[in-house]
Amino acid sequence: MAHLIALHEVRFAYPGQAPVLREASLTLAAGERIALTGANGSGKSTLLHLIVGLLTPQAGTIMAFGAPRRREADFHEVRRRAGLVFQDPDDQLFCPTVAEDIAFGPLNLGKSRAEALDLVDHTLDRLQLRHLRDRVTHQLSGGEKRLVSLATVLAMSPDVLLLDEPSNGLDESTRDRLIRILNALPQALILVSHDAHFRRKVTSHQYRMQDGTLGVLQTHCAHAGATD
Amino acid sequence: MAQILTPVTRRLTSRAPGAGPLAGLDPRTRIIVAVAHALVVISLEHLVTLLAALALAILLLLSARLPLASIRRRLAGMAGFMLMLLITLPLSIPGTPILELGPLAASAEGLRQALEILLKAATIALTLLVLVGSLDAVTLGHALARLRLPTRLVQLLLFTVRYIDVIGQEYARLRSAMRARCFRPGNDRQTYRSLGYLVGMLLVRSLERSERILAAMRCRGFQGQFHRLDGLALGPGDVLFALLAALALTALIALDP
Repeated sequence: MAHLIALHEVRFAYPGQAPVLREASLTLAAGERIALTGANGSGKSTLLHLIVGLLTPQAGTIMAFGAPRRREADFHEVRRRAGLVFQDPDDQLFCPTVAEDIAFGPLNLGKSRAEALDLVDHTLDRLQLRHLRDRVTHQLSGGEKRLVSLATVLAMSPDVLLLDEPSNGLDESTRDRLIRILNALPQALILVSHDAHFRRKVTSHQYRMQDGTLGVLQTHCAHAGATD
Repeated sequence: MAQILTPVTRRLTSRAPGAGPLAGLDPRTRIIVAVAHALVVISLEHLVTLLAALALAILLLLSARLPLASIRRRLAGMAGFMLMLLITLPLSIPGTPILELGPLAASAEGLRQALEILLKAATIALTLLVLVGSLDAVTLGHALARLRLPTRLVQLLLFTVRYIDVIGQEYARLRSAMRARCFRPGNDRQTYRSLGYLVGMLLVRSLERSERILAAMRCRGFQGQFHRLDGLALGPGDVLFALLAALALTALIALDP
């Protein structure tokens, strides 16, 4: 019962297509940090979307935070406690300014305006992004967008982070900064990434998705281990 | 891009900084005065009062100390349309002829009407540009929301502002990818078919993006309710400006017999 998230033999197919997930099972325990990798289209993002109920599996069960989750209403709590950071920050950042975007989640959770603004400042300070507070979101650089979209999720104080290719398109120094930020966070996380170095730096277990199921991955990035 | 004229402000609290006595005005005051002004000017009938209204608008423009070049460019866009009115109205409205060109006769009534429309349009456009055109779209959206405009309309405006650039970039990427494969637009089937694909692809991508955005919003607890976060506040300057505007507009109505 110690599992935060447990998928059991989940099957999912997009309409009119062969199933991407056949009998996918995965568990995430408190404090655990796992990475998923696999070919393009192997169902990594799909799996994250299933966990927060944006997609519904055709078979199998999803347990999250100690309860089975089936209907849309079941997933409202899951979405509060498991923060999904989308692959494209432009999908995540939709408010005109950074502060409003970070306040969006807390306000939805019923926080007052003052509390939400406190959380905005607190979160930005924590990620050392205070200078971006009143910037217009679509004018941020790619790296800034990525860090701000992480901030929008962290502001909701989730227990689990679900990260969909967070190191995509980042330059080296921003990537290292993201690694430092993630490693300083207490949350359990599931990371989807093609970047072996990044996976190795941030997570302890790695899984490969293949033919719709998950298998343990032998890690190869010796270089990441050496610099640890 | 997002704003019609050069941006006055980029901040959430939107007390516009910058020069001129109008800079500190709350966006709501600007919108209300501009709308009231437009309604009054439309109802005026005499050329003399219309000229007075135009003079007031020019005074407003000068006091706002906005970059004149961008205002001129905006007004020039209107000028072509106005010129057409000025030529066609005298010819099409019957009345006392003042000029005869073969079978065509230009009437004094038509000319008067064309002038009236020209003056009204110029006055309203000028005031609107000075008061509302200098707000950036985000501030405008917040102000409209505070003025109790339907949330859906305001959100439509704000989402458009946010994503027009993203879609524009997507368009630019597709176009350069086409150019990289030697696409040169011409007047042939290949061009029309390719441009059709381009537009279709943009629509599909925008739809998919909108679904991803909604998904991301639901992940953060969105259930159809937007919460606003702005710091708009009316000050003594707003009251003063609204009073002055009310006085000027009343005077215009009174002068117009």
